[in-house]
Amino acid sequence: MSLDMYAEEILDHYRNPKNFGEMKNPDYEYEELNPICGDKYKFQIKVENNIIKSVKFNGDGCAISMASCSILSEFIKEMELSKIKKIQIDELLKLLKINVSLARMKCVTLSLNIIKKLNINNDL
Amino acid sequence: MEIYLKDITNIGDYLSLNVSKIKKDFPILKRKINGNKFIYLDSASTSQKPIQVINSIKNFYEKNNSNVHRSIYKTSEESTKMFELTRFKIKKFLDAEDYEIIFTKNCTEAINLVVNGWVKKNIPKGKILSSVMEHHSNIVPWFSLKNPIKFLDVNNYGELNFNIDNNIKMVSLTHVSNVLGTINNVKEISEKCYENGSYFMLDGAQSTPHMKISLKKINCDFFTFSGHKMLSPTGVGVLAVKKELTEKMNPILFGSDMIKEVNLENFTVADSPYKFEAGTPNIESVIGLSSAIDYLEKIGMRNIEKHTKKITKYAFEQLQKIKNIKIYGPKKRIGLISFNLKNIHSHDVASIINEYGIAIRSGHHCAQPLMKRFNVSSMSRASFYLYNDEYDVDSLINSLNKVYGVFKL
Ligand SMILES: Cc1ncc(COP(=O)(O)O)c(C=O)c1O
Repeated sequence: MSLDMYAEEILDHYRNPKNFGEMKNPDYEYEELNPICGDKYKFQIKVENNIIKSVKFNGDGCAISMASCSILSEFIKEMELSKIKKIQIDELLKLLKINVSLARMKCVTLSLNIIKKLNINNDL
Repeated sequence: MEIYLKDITNIGDYLSLNVSKIKKDFPILKRKINGNKFIYLDSASTSQKPIQVINSIKNFYEKNNSNVHRSIYKTSEESTKMFELTRFKIKKFLDAEDYEIIFTKNCTEAINLVVNGWVKKNIPKGKILSSVMEHHSNIVPWFSLKNPIKFLDVNNYGELNFNIDNNIKMVSLTHVSNVLGTINNVKEISEKCYENGSYFMLDGAQSTPHMKISLKKINCDFFTFSGHKMLSPTGVGVLAVKKELTEKMNPILFGSDMIKEVNLENFTVADSPYKFEAGTPNIESVIGLSSAIDYLEKIGMRNIEKHTKKITKYAFEQLQKIKNIKIYGPKKRIGLISFNLKNIHSHDVASIINEYGIAIRSGHHCAQPLMKRFNVSSMSRASFYLYNDEYDVDSLINSLNKVYGVFKL
């Protein structure tokens, strides 16, 4: 039953997302819209010696996409920049600890798509 | 006919629909979703199809299938006749004697044909007037031209205050908003266009399924709709265009069926409407559309209009009772209601009530400028058709009341 998606932890992240907000002078930032549903988020990071030192994201979307951004923003802190590209969707799903229906998978993948594009051509 | 109308309950000047009988014609409505009755409230996106329409396609393939306009044997003659009779039927359905009926694949393609086939050729620099309540399909095609374009705003109730100035060469508006349900006063708009010497295109995607359309009365130059929102299969749309304008309209697709003569240097084009219909058309969908119109007319478009308005009004009253709900659009409307529940995203609303078998749309509804106008990124939308009744609305309300519970609000 997909109501299980709305687990306590997910709702917590939705109501009080971690690392939510805007940072000044990020080293990298990327914003993306899910054209199907209109969910839109921006991720910003600061990097020292190739290690991600701080993360901020902001935007608007459903509980699943918001929780996914929030959890991912925690996960990538202190991570090597080059490792971002290697994060698999399965890893993120494990962190979310829920079963996501196919129709809602795009809500989860949005955050991952954004951070994978962070260090491509948006060198500020 | 009696079976679809409740003959005794003659309310005012219309007969109320026998919805439980109508529901039986739609096989998909017998489905269970997550163990619940399937309540389909997304007809503004696409309607469900009655068994009569489904069978018409099956029968066509079993008995008459052949390409149209190409051969002289029996089945080809039959399929051509069925295809062309549909054109004729649509003309009557739209009360459009002075119009040419052109088949496209959907409403979007019909709008593109006008924009790139007619506007580009005849008023290449003319200023266009549209509105913020348009579907993307009546916004984006305009950006393929260099014409300046102005978008009229709506008031906070989602109503258009139409005004036009001298330099407007063409007006392109929706008849009914797919987000707000607003019914634009097209007769008045058309008169103002006429006085101003502006051409007028009307997007009938959301009105044609529910209302008796008379192009003779509306008197617009171009009218578009999609079959799939009015019981027909997907894959067929219509452009109705005033006959005298077809001469100066260019095709936007080239190839077979749109030509008279071809040699290795050049070609000459066929007469209208064929010059706009290159390649083998979607024959089965046109046959399906024909059957869909039969179904609708058997019940009567005026009866359907009254019914949809009645259900929409009932839903409006019931939705208003839900706590912390924001409803967008005017009270006087048809077919649909968009809303948001406070602090819950529309996707979560739609996802949760799906558990109870209820299908509504969530998101930006192909109207991002309108979302921006109302300062939201998305809305939930319930839409109604001839197979929906008060029970469906009550089920929606019950399920929406459970959404707050899931969010522990
Ligand atoms: C007002 C309006 N115009 C145009 C369209 C486009 O229709 P189609 O996708 O069938 O081309 C729609 C469909 O949602 C609509 O609601």
